[in-house]
Amino acid sequence: MSALLEVEDLSVEFATDDGMVSAVDGVTLSAKAGEILGIVGESGSGKSVLISAILRLVRPPGRIVSGRLRFEGNDLLALPEAELEAIRGARIALVPQTPRTSLNPLMTVGRQVERLLRLHRGMDKRAAREAAIAMLERVRIPDPKRRAGQYAHELSGGMCQRVMIAMALATEPRLLLADEPTTGLDVSIGARILELLRQLGEESGAAIILVTHDLGVVAQTCHRVAVMHAGQLSELAGVDELFERPLHPYTRALVRSIPRIDQQIALQPIAGAVPSLVNVRSGCRYVRRCPDALAACRRQRPPLIAAANGRRVACHAVEQSNVVR
Amino acid sequence: MSFVSVRGLDKHFPVRGAGWLSRRNRPAPVVRAVDGISFDIDRGRTLGLVGESGCGKSTVARCVTRLLAPSAGTIRIGDKQLDRLEGEPLRAARRDVQMVFQDPLAALNPRMSVERAVSEPLRLHTTLSPAEQRERVREILTEVGLRTDVMGRYPHELSGGQRQRVNIARALACAPSFVVLDEPTSALDVSLRARVILMLEELRERLGLTYLFISHDLATVKYLAQRVVVMYLGTVVEEADTDELFAHPRHPYTRALLAAVPVPDPKVRGEPFVLSGEIPSPLERHEGCPLRSRCPMASAICAQPVVPREVSPGHVVACHFA
Ligand SMILES: Nc1ncnc2c1ncn2[C@@H]1O[C@H](COP(=O)(O)OP(=O)(O)OP(=O)(O)O)[C@@H](O)[C@H]1O
Ligand SMILES: Nc1ncnc2c1ncn2[C@@H]1O[C@H](COP(=O)(O)OP(=O)(O)OP(=O)(O)O)[C@@H](O)[C@H]1O
Ligand SMILES: [Mg+2]
Ligand SMILES: [Mg+2]
Repeated sequence: MSALLEVEDLSVEFATDDGMVSAVDGVTLSAKAGEILGIVGESGSGKSVLISAILRLVRPPGRIVSGRLRFEGNDLLALPEAELEAIRGARIALVPQTPRTSLNPLMTVGRQVERLLRLHRGMDKRAAREAAIAMLERVRIPDPKRRAGQYAHELSGGMCQRVMIAMALATEPRLLLADEPTTGLDVSIGARILELLRQLGEESGAAIILVTHDLGVVAQTCHRVAVMHAGQLSELAGVDELFERPLHPYTRALVRSIPRIDQQIALQPIAGAVPSLVNVRSGCRYVRRCPDALAACRRQRPPLIAAANGRRVACHAVEQSNVVR
Repeated sequence: MSFVSVRGLDKHFPVRGAGWLSRRNRPAPVVRAVDGISFDIDRGRTLGLVGESGCGKSTVARCVTRLLAPSAGTIRIGDKQLDRLEGEPLRAARRDVQMVFQDPLAALNPRMSVERAVSEPLRLHTTLSPAEQRERVREILTEVGLRTDVMGRYPHELSGGQRQRVNIARALACAPSFVVLDEPTSALDVSLRARVILMLEELRERLGLTYLFISHDLATVKYLAQRVVVMYLGTVVEEADTDELFAHPRHPYTRALLAAVPVPDPKVRGEPFVLSGEIPSPLERHEGCPLRSRCPMASAICAQPVVPREVSPGHVVACHFA
């Protein structure tokens, strides 16, 4: 499988009154055709900023300060805005984390889907209308004909979310960036949406980046997983390996903290506070919370080292312990 | 006597005759978003409210807090009959009632900094000095796991989970007596969710807060709620104490709901049990059981109206087979 998207050493910063917020710090990952790549990490760890950076949608005072982005051979960071606009929505689709506020409040949801179909798939009005209703049905919106004629504020939270997913799927993208696509949904409809994502990958060979904080969803859906902590990539591994043998101390804490419905809920917050991202210096950002921290961890950001099966881990302690060989 | 009492709550929304669907010569249709719901919550307790997306949970929440006027029914909180109040008396009665909205971005004023958003209820409802307010804001932000460096930021400068926690902090800052939490932890990872849950529990125990807790996250509901109401298409299909409900779910819908939870282990990649069939439209009036078009157990009798039945003490089920 070839990489459809390559992200290399990407960093994003926001200038604020309090100082520079380093939201994404040197992240490297790739997404292959037909693959679902999960991105997990605590709230505020830079998942959504990374997604918006991939679409080059970081707005000032935010800025991509370094890195490379390659998509289907194109250097996204060098592309003129007009060409990028043609890629966004058509080749790369986004399901944003804030569905209700991302929908146009003045246009019925059906018309929003319809518009995309006419724009990106060249359908005429009638065909687009029919296809729009079929799309709404696919994402399990009951009574889709009537729902199509409603506005966002007349739908429930989960319905808005499904409309956004319908819009993203409607364009038949090569790369789908789904930011928490199932959070507003109950488990059974969530399962249906994940099924649709899997289908998209299997049938059209699209790559999917699935941002989620739900490790249950990751376990059931993703092929590989990238773990982020405070803007940095901690670990990247196949889903089975990640759950079976997490290497990075943060991933270990994450996997340990999973509550399960079939057990009494384990209320074990990960130790320590999320570090500040304001005016941070070099070094591993997990160091203050890490049971395995070494002197080097404070000074120097751990390089992303390769382990067996294409695994990657950024940890001085793991590197020294040789477990990766 | 219970602290919160909701009886026969209805909320119907008119359906506009948009171009997509013309219904000439017919009575104006309504969406029966909430259709005859009743429940009680004792002081200092948590009632969990669960059910499929679109079944009417947020509408219940907005009626109970009187952000929406119900079409019918009564709502009592403490000694205040909220359904009868309007204007200033309603505002006064609502002082003790807070809500955490499902959509944290829409709920926050885009032009208000985090510090102002969280201190506003303190300014309105307490006598704390500005310095004390600031201290309280710092304290509560820390409790929800936010760093105080977000105090000067605006909603669009926060991550999804950070916004959600600002909303929680805002609702709890002035220690109201009743809090409606609509999917308050949906954007939070397990670790932060644990933190927020522990905080909610601590406040409930220390200050005797009463919660209506809406969530798709059944593990959290199981932990926080003493009692659970299961909704389907605007109606209550099952209600029981939490332990009883999770151990002996009786309604086919509740069983499907519990069976569909994904397990965080890639080795048990089983097919979740999904109800088949069409989700019926809340536009139609349902004479019989609303689940019958999708229910594996459905038979002729299900076309008859279902009368909720107490199958064991405190365990009420609306199913002909319960
Ligand atoms: N416009 C902005 N100005 C300043 N800081 C910002 C801005 N946008 C995001 N941030 C900060 O960047 C960090 C990463 O944010 P991001 O939205 O990517 O987090 P996330 O991993 O998606 O979290 P969540 O799971 O809560 O959605 C956060 O600490 C956030 O506060
Ligand atoms: N202002 C409105 N006008 C018309 N219909 C509405 C309005 N608000 C809500 N509805 C309808 O009421 C029903 C219940 O919506 P509600 O938001 O209460 O669902 P919910 O259970 O909270 O769902 P979710 O889990 O997706 O948030 C839906 O069919 C919705 O479309
Ligand atoms: Mg996010
Ligand atoms: Mg809702």
